[in-house]
Amino acid sequence: MLKILRYSFSDISRSQWSYFYFAFYFIIGFTLLFLSSDVSKAVITLVNIILVLSPLIGTVFGVIYFYNSKEFTQLLLAKPIKRSTIFIGQYLGLSLSLSFSFVLGLGFPFLFYGIFRSPAIGDFFSLLISGVFLTFIFTALAFNIALSNENKIKGFAAAILLWLLLAVIYDGLFLISLMVFNEYPLEKVSLIATALNPIDLSRILVLLKLDISALLGYTGAVFQKFFGGGLGMLISIFILMLWTVLPILRIMQKIEKRIFNE
Amino acid sequence: MIEFKNLKKSFGRLNALEDINLKISKKGVFAILGPNGSGKTTLIKCILGMVIPDQGSILINEKNIIKKWEYRNDINYLPQIADFPANLTVSELIEMVKDLRAKEANESALIELFGLDPFLDKKLSILSGGTKQKVNLVLAFMFDSSIIILDEPSTGLDPLSIIQMKELIETQKKEGKTILITTHIMSLAEEISDEIVFMLEGKKYFQGTIDEIKKKTKEKTLESAIAKILGGR
Repeated sequence: MLKILRYSFSDISRSQWSYFYFAFYFIIGFTLLFLSSDVSKAVITLVNIILVLSPLIGTVFGVIYFYNSKEFTQLLLAKPIKRSTIFIGQYLGLSLSLSFSFVLGLGFPFLFYGIFRSPAIGDFFSLLISGVFLTFIFTALAFNIALSNENKIKGFAAAILLWLLLAVIYDGLFLISLMVFNEYPLEKVSLIATALNPIDLSRILVLLKLDISALLGYTGAVFQKFFGGGLGMLISIFILMLWTVLPILRIMQKIEKRIFNE
Repeated sequence: MIEFKNLKKSFGRLNALEDINLKISKKGVFAILGPNGSGKTTLIKCILGMVIPDQGSILINEKNIIKKWEYRNDINYLPQIADFPANLTVSELIEMVKDLRAKEANESALIELFGLDPFLDKKLSILSGGTKQKVNLVLAFMFDSSIIILDEPSTGLDPLSIIQMKELIETQKKEGKTILITTHIMSLAEEISDEIVFMLEGKKYFQGTIDEIKKKTKEKTLESAIAKILGGR
């Protein structure tokens, strides 16, 4: 698996899209840090960008990579290697490469700014952790969708819809339901609803670290009230791990039955 | 030796393979022929484990290979479409494939044969279709395996490379390999194969030598024999 991982990593990390992705975070990071010259404010703005962009990039790259490497995957399938080894290797290669672009892109501006001497270092790390988690989660979800759809267009559409649902629509529906049912106790419901959306979970993870109650929103406040800051963060990290592992397990299970007859 | 026993595979309502019984016991070149959708590719992909049959078994040297993977160490495969990771160089790709198999490889002779030396440090994304197919051939022939499966090997190759490829197949045959080949080019099949298997609508229609199919159809060339079978349906 490590061999496949190594080669797909060096393939993807050399593609121009990886450079673009890196450059984007690099420029955004520099601009925000030196425009606001306040790390906390820059982190808050970055949260909102990362929560939307990392899942989108993971989704789009995941689907495109899966469909584009179809022919080469067939060559690998004919080699004496287990199927799950090939696909998990490719998945990890892609997720790691995207995460590298993200971490380095943001890392350099913060390093120049002197983040290691700043008290905001923890905030910055929570930002990196949630971005990396979202990349791994959404790439795995995209692989799942591509595996279940032989038709490229359908697979691509389904992946984008999933992103739209979790990044945009989910919150809207959630808010509406909170308003409609506001006479009922909604704390447990909203806790569960948050756990079911990795983007919301990551937002809470960062905001709990930042400890800005005004931005926590309803679910964040519930999280803080229920678990307190530290435990709340641990629990959200644990659920994010589940969100990563479960789709990977489904890839491994699904791949054994897949037919490669194109 | 490769043996298919009562092999069945359907995709939804389409019966891709219907009760295939086929024995390839001798060494040499076997051409699997048939019109589009006749089940040639499905048959090959069953051997490679990319398609898992609904019923039946495939025996390689008397061992059932379905849902196993270790047996593939003794198979070389040339896929129909040569498409590789865009940002790797030719030599990196060759190293990668060598890395994945615990086997000696003799890639340098093949690189020289196909004149790939100037391309070794080039990225795969900038190679032409024909050059990619040559890389494909290097990857397929660089290992010493007793079974070689070639899916449309002449696609995109110039006449000189086709001749070199035929010589390569000839050498492998002399070394006692079993070579399975699918092709649409009947003259190629006629020239290199010892035996043919003709597939039609998921069934084995004919297995035998080219002389036998010519006699059966009373035609002079393989191409016209096949045309007669297809036209006379």
